[in-house]
Amino acid sequence: MVVGASHAGAQLAASLRQGGWKGEIVLVGDEGTLPYQRPPMSKAYLAGKNTLDQLAIRSAAFYAKQEITLLDDSVQAVDRTDGRVTLSRGGSLAYDELALCTGARVRRLAAPGADLCGVHYLRTAADVELIREAASPGRRAVIIGGGYIGLETAASLSGLGLQVSVLEATERVLGRVTAPEVSAFFDRIHREEAVDVRTKATVEELVGTDRVQGVVLAGGETVPADLVIIGIGVEPNTELAAAAGLQVDDGVVIDDHARTSDPAIVAAGDCTSHLMTRYGRRIRLESVSSATEQAKVAAATACGKSQRITALPWFWSDQYDVKLQIAGINTGYDEIVLNGDPAEGRDFTCYYLRRGELIAADCVNRPRDFMFSKQVIIRGGQVGRDELALQAVG
Amino acid sequence: MAVVTFVSHDGDTHQAPLEEGRSLMQVATENAVPGIDGDCGGEAACGTCHVVVDPAWAERVGSSEAGEEGMLAMNPEREPTSRLSCQMVLCEAWDGLTVRLPEFQM
Repeated sequence: MVVGASHAGAQLAASLRQGGWKGEIVLVGDEGTLPYQRPPMSKAYLAGKNTLDQLAIRSAAFYAKQEITLLDDSVQAVDRTDGRVTLSRGGSLAYDELALCTGARVRRLAAPGADLCGVHYLRTAADVELIREAASPGRRAVIIGGGYIGLETAASLSGLGLQVSVLEATERVLGRVTAPEVSAFFDRIHREEAVDVRTKATVEELVGTDRVQGVVLAGGETVPADLVIIGIGVEPNTELAAAAGLQVDDGVVIDDHARTSDPAIVAAGDCTSHLMTRYGRRIRLESVSSATEQAKVAAATACGKSQRITALPWFWSDQYDVKLQIAGINTGYDEIVLNGDPAEGRDFTCYYLRRGELIAADCVNRPRDFMFSKQVIIRGGQVGRDELALQAVG
Repeated sequence: MAVVTFVSHDGDTHQAPLEEGRSLMQVATENAVPGIDGDCGGEAACGTCHVVVDPAWAERVGSSEAGEEGMLAMNPEREPTSRLSCQMVLCEAWDGLTVRLPEFQM
């Protein structure tokens, strides 16, 4: 029984079958669709460049052939003693192995007016379809949050011909995840694409009569809006695990084999918190690559095999003609080395070092640097600064 | 039925039906071909769908484009006819295409 049918759940079900699982496999999801690729939601799907069918992780025929049952439902409770789950639409199902892939949900904005008509969040295909209906050329879109989702959404809506503003509460966009030089780069390219980027912009309230008409900032200015999209992060869906008595620490706690505190239950994806030896602390990653790897390891564990979660985390983002690829996590860096100039043009790499060792890299239109960085970091990060500065462009 | 063939590093072969308009990576994952991950979903962002095109097919299939080339350039298993299979959109004329898989996707 796999609870949650996004990247982790879909991969876990497929890997169970590939790993030799002979019994029934039930994949429970409540979006009413085939499991689909989530990263394009803020990018190509929002821009109308593809259909949900094209974004299906696997086709309906695949699940049928692999004898994986897709159940359009959600799980209300887990009874670990009896090995049963209670379903929201009534009834219960027994399981031999349980996998929790419950993912994450958007963080809600706690400001007056945030529930007005015309105010959207962006996580699911259904969210995006509502935004697309409202996104007519010439309309004014205000995006609250200058993280990856906010900036990708800004790029997509700008491409659809909307007038876009981005409101970031801190002093720079992507402040939580990148060096100031990289933030300044993204700030610049959005301005070059006619997006109105405002930092230190704290939202006081959203105003409008029937529909949202504006966003009021601390200081009193009102930014006019025909639609508002809030992208201020996600929170893991851990309630089911916590209610079942599993250990939760920010995310559902898993070990290197993707086992929860109950060895009969595995978990994978955005809902998990994993002690990563590479970083010496528990980390809850929000990424497809991590969800996919954890799901493969969880499936191996459920099949009685032994694999470990070891891959280097990596991420990507597409905005306009800029493809950003990120290798590793830069937390704790004490030095950066730039190759190329973030203040000009649209290709450079920002390497992050700690005590002289490479720990992460933000690669802008530099796939070669990205692959190079991955390999260096995996080998332990030893690299000469000259080598980083002189690394052939690409 | 038009087919494409994947030869694993160990020499095992897997055949899959050729679906015109879909990428070789999609056909591989759809048919549970081991050794092709396609983690990024076809964005040429992850490099986990690396294949080596049979030299007899190299000219017809074409060579890698700039972004794809950048992803392959640093790969130790890189060969002259390496491609990212997510960037190879299938057409009927490729019936019989054979590709080899590297030992590791990275």
